[in-house]
Amino acid sequence: MRWLTTIITEIFGLFVDDGSFALAILIWLGAVWLALVRLALPRGWGAIVLFAGLAVILIGSAVRRAGRR
Amino acid sequence: MSIDWVHAWPSVIAAFLASVVEFVEALTVVLAVGAVRGWRGALIGSGAALAVLLAIVAIAGPALTRIPLNRVQLVVGTLLLLFGMRWLRKAILRSAGVIPRHDESASYANQEQSLRRLGGARRARWDTVAVAAAFKITMLEGLEVVFIVIAVGAGGIGLLIPASAGALAALVVVVLLGWIVHRPLASIPENALKFAVGVLLTAFGTFWIGEGIGVAWPGRDWSILGLTAAYLVAAQLAAAWCRTRARGRTAVSHR
Repeated sequence: MRWLTTIITEIFGLFVDDGSFALAILIWLGAVWLALVRLALPRGWGAIVLFAGLAVILIGSAVRRAGRR
Repeated sequence: MSIDWVHAWPSVIAAFLASVVEFVEALTVVLAVGAVRGWRGALIGSGAALAVLLAIVAIAGPALTRIPLNRVQLVVGTLLLLFGMRWLRKAILRSAGVIPRHDESASYANQEQSLRRLGGARRARWDTVAVAAAFKITMLEGLEVVFIVIAVGAGGIGLLIPASAGALAALVVVVLLGWIVHRPLASIPENALKFAVGVLLTAFGTFWIGEGIGVAWPGRDWSILGLTAAYLVAAQLAAAWCRTRARGRTAVSHR
């Protein structure tokens, strides 16, 4: 069974190595989807909002990690 | 099925570059296995893993085409975004000197040392250690390649073949180079390549998710290029900021 656990851990590790970073991405995706569906966000703005939030999450997480060195 | 190569080339390039990175890492271990334990075990292990990976692509690829496209884009896009952003974050931290850069020569030396420590069986007809080591690394790195191929090919019917062609070309290039130089491909600018691949995968992931949730992309498929440029700028900014932050921490700790 150990090999199975190793494979599952390896596959999970492909997508998540910092839990809060992955969670922030998922929350942002959910928020943008809700904004598009419920708030009827103008369609062109969806692209900008989606990218801007993800870029902020990326920069913020990397800078925080650099500060923790 | 006709392939629109004008729109397919970003998938080919993304799959090729990402696969080069993965295959270079696998080659380093396979070379170490071959040099220490013999080539028979190394080649059997790698060959068996490649056969399993091909079977996965052959089964998963056509199965994906039966699921509605926007659902595939949403699920695969989310996974690709998590994968790409994790990769890009790591590349930013490496580029800023916060975490050590990947060094194929050091990785080869470590592998060689640990394989020598296991001792014995080099002359044996069946070397389980060699077969298992080569199988495991080819399978692990290959699974990432399979995921990348499926993910960058998820944008539409007919994109899976160009993405597979990109990965296959990477395999041929890396195997040929490895066969010619018989050493780890340490001169390949792997860290710069990882930075570029992280940017590309993140751009693809963002685009597929946007398609899945109903975002109207200006310029449609051309938005992938715009996203790539925008993420490149964001990643460069992040790397510069991380460098300053890390230097600041070092200066404080030396006081």
